[in-house]
Amino acid sequence: MKSFWARFLGNPRVLAGIAWLLVVAVVAVFAPLLAPVDPFEIVDKPFLVPSGDHLFGTDSLGRSIWAGLAHGARTTLIIAIVATLSAVAFGAVVGALAGYHGGLVDDALMRITEFFQTIPSFIFAIVLVAILAPSATSLVVAIAVVSWPPIARVVRGEVLSVKSREFVQAAVIAGQGDTAILLRQVIPNTLSPLIVTGSLLVATAILTESALSFLGLGAPNLMSWGFMVGAGRSFLRDAWWLVTIPGVAILLTVLAINLVGEGLNDALNPRLADV
Amino acid sequence: MSAPSTQPTDAAPVLSIDGLTVALPAWSDRPHAVENLSIQIRRNEVLCVVGESGSGKSVMAKSILGLLPAPHVRVTAGRIAFEGEDLLQVAPERLRAVRSGRISMIFQEPMVALNPLMKVGRQVDEVLQVHTDLSARARRERVLGLFDDVHLPEPARIHGSYPHQLSGGQRQRVMIAMALALEPALIIADEPTTALDVTTQAQILSLLKELQGKHGTAVLFITHDFGVVAEIADRVAVMRHGRLIEQGDSAPVLRAPREPYTRDLVAAVPSLIPRHPDPAAVDDHVLAVRALSKTYGGRSSFLGVRSRGVEAVRSVSLEVPRGRSVALVGESGSGKSTLARCIVGLEQPDSGAILLDGQDIAGLSRAALRPYRHLVQMVFQDPFASLNPRQRVGDIIALGPTLRGVPRDVAWDRARELLDMVGLQREAVGRFPHEFSGGQRQRIGIARALAMDPKLIIADEPVSALDVSVQKQVLDLLDELRLELGLSMLFITHDLRVAAHVCEEIAVMRRGEIVERGSTARIFAAPAHEYTRALLDSVPGKGWEH
Amino acid sequence: MAGGRFLRYIVWRLLQAVPVILGVTVLCFLMLQLAPGDLATVLAGEAGGASPGFIEELRARYGLDKPLLVQLALYIKNVAVLDLGFSFRHNATVASLLAERLFPTLLLMGSTLLLSVGLGVLSGLFAAIWVRTWRDHVISLVAIVAYATPLFWVGLMLILVFSIRLDWLPTSGMEDVVAFYEGWDRAVDIARHLVLPAITLSLFYLALYARLMRATMLEQRGLDYVTTARAKGLTERQITFRHVFRNALLPVVTMAGVQVGGLLGGSVVVESVFAWPGLGQLAFEALFSRDYNLLLGIFFMSACLVVLVNIVVDIVYVLLDPRIKVGT
Repeated sequence: MKSFWARFLGNPRVLAGIAWLLVVAVVAVFAPLLAPVDPFEIVDKPFLVPSGDHLFGTDSLGRSIWAGLAHGARTTLIIAIVATLSAVAFGAVVGALAGYHGGLVDDALMRITEFFQTIPSFIFAIVLVAILAPSATSLVVAIAVVSWPPIARVVRGEVLSVKSREFVQAAVIAGQGDTAILLRQVIPNTLSPLIVTGSLLVATAILTESALSFLGLGAPNLMSWGFMVGAGRSFLRDAWWLVTIPGVAILLTVLAINLVGEGLNDALNPRLADV
Repeated sequence: MSAPSTQPTDAAPVLSIDGLTVALPAWSDRPHAVENLSIQIRRNEVLCVVGESGSGKSVMAKSILGLLPAPHVRVTAGRIAFEGEDLLQVAPERLRAVRSGRISMIFQEPMVALNPLMKVGRQVDEVLQVHTDLSARARRERVLGLFDDVHLPEPARIHGSYPHQLSGGQRQRVMIAMALALEPALIIADEPTTALDVTTQAQILSLLKELQGKHGTAVLFITHDFGVVAEIADRVAVMRHGRLIEQGDSAPVLRAPREPYTRDLVAAVPSLIPRHPDPAAVDDHVLAVRALSKTYGGRSSFLGVRSRGVEAVRSVSLEVPRGRSVALVGESGSGKSTLARCIVGLEQPDSGAILLDGQDIAGLSRAALRPYRHLVQMVFQDPFASLNPRQRVGDIIALGPTLRGVPRDVAWDRARELLDMVGLQREAVGRFPHEFSGGQRQRIGIARALAMDPKLIIADEPVSALDVSVQKQVLDLLDELRLELGLSMLFITHDLRVAAHVCEEIAVMRRGEIVERGSTARIFAAPAHEYTRALLDSVPGKGWEH
Repeated sequence: MAGGRFLRYIVWRLLQAVPVILGVTVLCFLMLQLAPGDLATVLAGEAGGASPGFIEELRARYGLDKPLLVQLALYIKNVAVLDLGFSFRHNATVASLLAERLFPTLLLMGSTLLLSVGLGVLSGLFAAIWVRTWRDHVISLVAIVAYATPLFWVGLMLILVFSIRLDWLPTSGMEDVVAFYEGWDRAVDIARHLVLPAITLSLFYLALYARLMRATMLEQRGLDYVTTARAKGLTERQITFRHVFRNALLPVVTMAGVQVGGLLGGSVVVESVFAWPGLGQLAFEALFSRDYNLLLGIFFMSACLVVLVNIVVDIVYVLLDPRIKVGT
């Protein structure tokens, strides 16, 4: 059986995903250098088709679409990653507590998790952002609040399965305390599914963020891909590129994350049939 | 149960396998699952193919009907001659007609071998529907008749049941009914009793033998258990690493094997004659359990409906005399593991006392229990689940002592000594569990238990997941260490042979209660309780002594 | 399965929904507290159309001078009798607005469910049958791309291609109101308007179910009961349709239940893209007029819908899987 890295990096889908994510990351990090204009600044006549002057053309107000893409990458990625990290941290704690303690703690925490999974999460996110007033922070909060339940369930399931293994019983018999067992014996064995679920969650977070921005609930003075699509939708008939280009950026980025996340899953859990 | 059949068998083979070679995919640890294998099965005989895990016996069985997991595992050479055809060459339609029509198969785990969403009657009916032109009503009659033949109670009710509504034994009877539906010339049974309890296994074996005798069917029986071979085989073939080691009539092979490998395997089967002499009575008990009870579940839901719990252990009393080894014998669900878990403090008993060196530890909180933890240590069943895959062997063994305040380097030195003691290299401390085989992992588990200098070791089926030859080594190691270090042991097992090998006393458990206790010698010579007698009668190959 | 036991199960599931609905109500109340301004002004809507007298009346009715818990109790009491407040922007009660917009959303949701589950299961099934052939690769590729596509963007692209360029289908609305179609003509008109929104909303879920179905089909095909079926002499087709299909369907049914909430969320986006006059479109309008109470009413209504659909899904599951015990 090949090593993890050989399986992971030997997968062409993973390589394609990583390549695109690298491009997006470089553009996001160096946006002020690569597109040294304020994305809200009017640089030329409106509705210029993509050309040598303006790589991706200009929008209805004459703003550079390239600048919007580059700065939008920053907004979208930062919000998605911070929201995912918060959701993973919160979900993991809830799941670990529920799975390890079992009984009433588990019952209570899982009822709450199920509740948050039942309520329509996107509408909940809309209400939250609307009531908290649109800003980067409220976007992060709203996305995190609707994203943690799957993490909690995955971690709980893993903790339950690891907990029932005999090496955990051996640690109990050796006299190790609850917290130490959870941290040293159980958690290290639940990391791989957590990493896979977490990485796929970034993709969902990007989709949620851009949908909220599309509806006009994005952070007001930050350019983002969803906002660009939303701003261009009225000019669909005459300026197709306003909507098409940022949409393709979202699509490719989400696709790349999914490819890498699934490659990670396949490499961590090799099954005979797929080798 | 009947002795191996003495009826004459026809000389012409029903099935003849010639030079069969099955290739494994490139990433496997060896190139072939089966290599140049030739065996024959004659009419009206039971041929047992015996081997340890990885011997290729199951792959061989699956290749006969073309059931290998294609495309990774495939036949690369050989012939499988059956009724004038080579099954490896026939067209797919012809092979489908042979499947269940002329050769049928019974699998190890009837729970997963049956479709969970289809009534079992329908699943048997399907065989008739595919292969015959019988009307629906005629098929139903036939299925009910088959259920009657395999001694299923209330055939009509079973017909309309789903697999999960039947017991393990009943499910395997359904599988046998399915295999018999078209009175095939050959039945292939792949470890059909391995997943069953001892008493159920005995019933299924006798049923197979009865039906085989009645229909004159040839049976190819795959097993790892020489007791089962002694019970039902007319002839036996021994496999190892994909090759045939030895074959012949079962009686001579079992009595005097020619090949050294077979000799080792046979010698590794623990004898049913108790090894330790009848011990003198002792009053000094390391462990005394008094009227212990434990019920699972049974909590009330919020609507006030109170569900009845499962009484896993019912008022059990038991002693382990100092320096003795006591076997706790029972079938699955008898409560023997729950009792063990209560004693080591993994479960809280509902009532009763657990006196450890005279101190009652029942009902103590985890903190209060801590000073007594090291007195009882446990050796677990599953060599793959009992060691944390992300920790080094040294840390695994040294965990208990370091928690009691022993400095890490001292504990690691002790871990090296212990590894030496259990027959592993001292360097193993720095390695991870996945680098070791099942038997070696069990040795690490034993070293971990010894690291705490316990007075009592609880061994919960410590060899049931191991191959026979490894089983013997681990059992002997446990026995030697116990005598050498003056330890006491409570040995939990479903296997009376194992109990006879390592224990001076036996307690028999059924449905949460101990039905009989006594010295091993006495219980084997004169079992008092009917259940003990049934258990002893069910031991496969009980008439056979090597 | 005995009819009485089954009925009891349904009642039992309905009872289980009560605490969830109660939880949603509490959540709505908490969010009202979070909203800027005092409860009465929020309830009256920021439109400013409410007279001071009316605001005073609201204060009294919701007990705003009383402790928070009493306020909560009064709020729950009002919700229990379906009094969700008044929207000044629309000059109608929230409950009547919701009732009016419910049918279009249900129509969109129902067609999307049918389309996504039906086509998703079929494409997953065929991908599994054709596994590792070019057909499987095409289905899997389309699915993974569709799975990554933002809904609002698909909608706009479909409008661009099928409405603007090809002029085959209408761009927005649920029917051509000025045409005054009746009977069958009206149904055809609504169906034509439904095509693009339903495809847009289905695409993501279709991909999800197709991928899930393919994965479970392949997983199930490796299980022992399939080997048994093969040993019985069944053809691969018989094995797939009689044995594997139903087993593989179970996780898809579970997933369809889990995704209903997401589907409703997606309908906000899709309805706003296609100006489909349902709850989602109403939510979009409420967002812009800062009509928080109406927004919360929509949230409440959607949560109730999800709970209801989940009960239906559970019942379907019980019918499909005999291992689920219904006699509690």
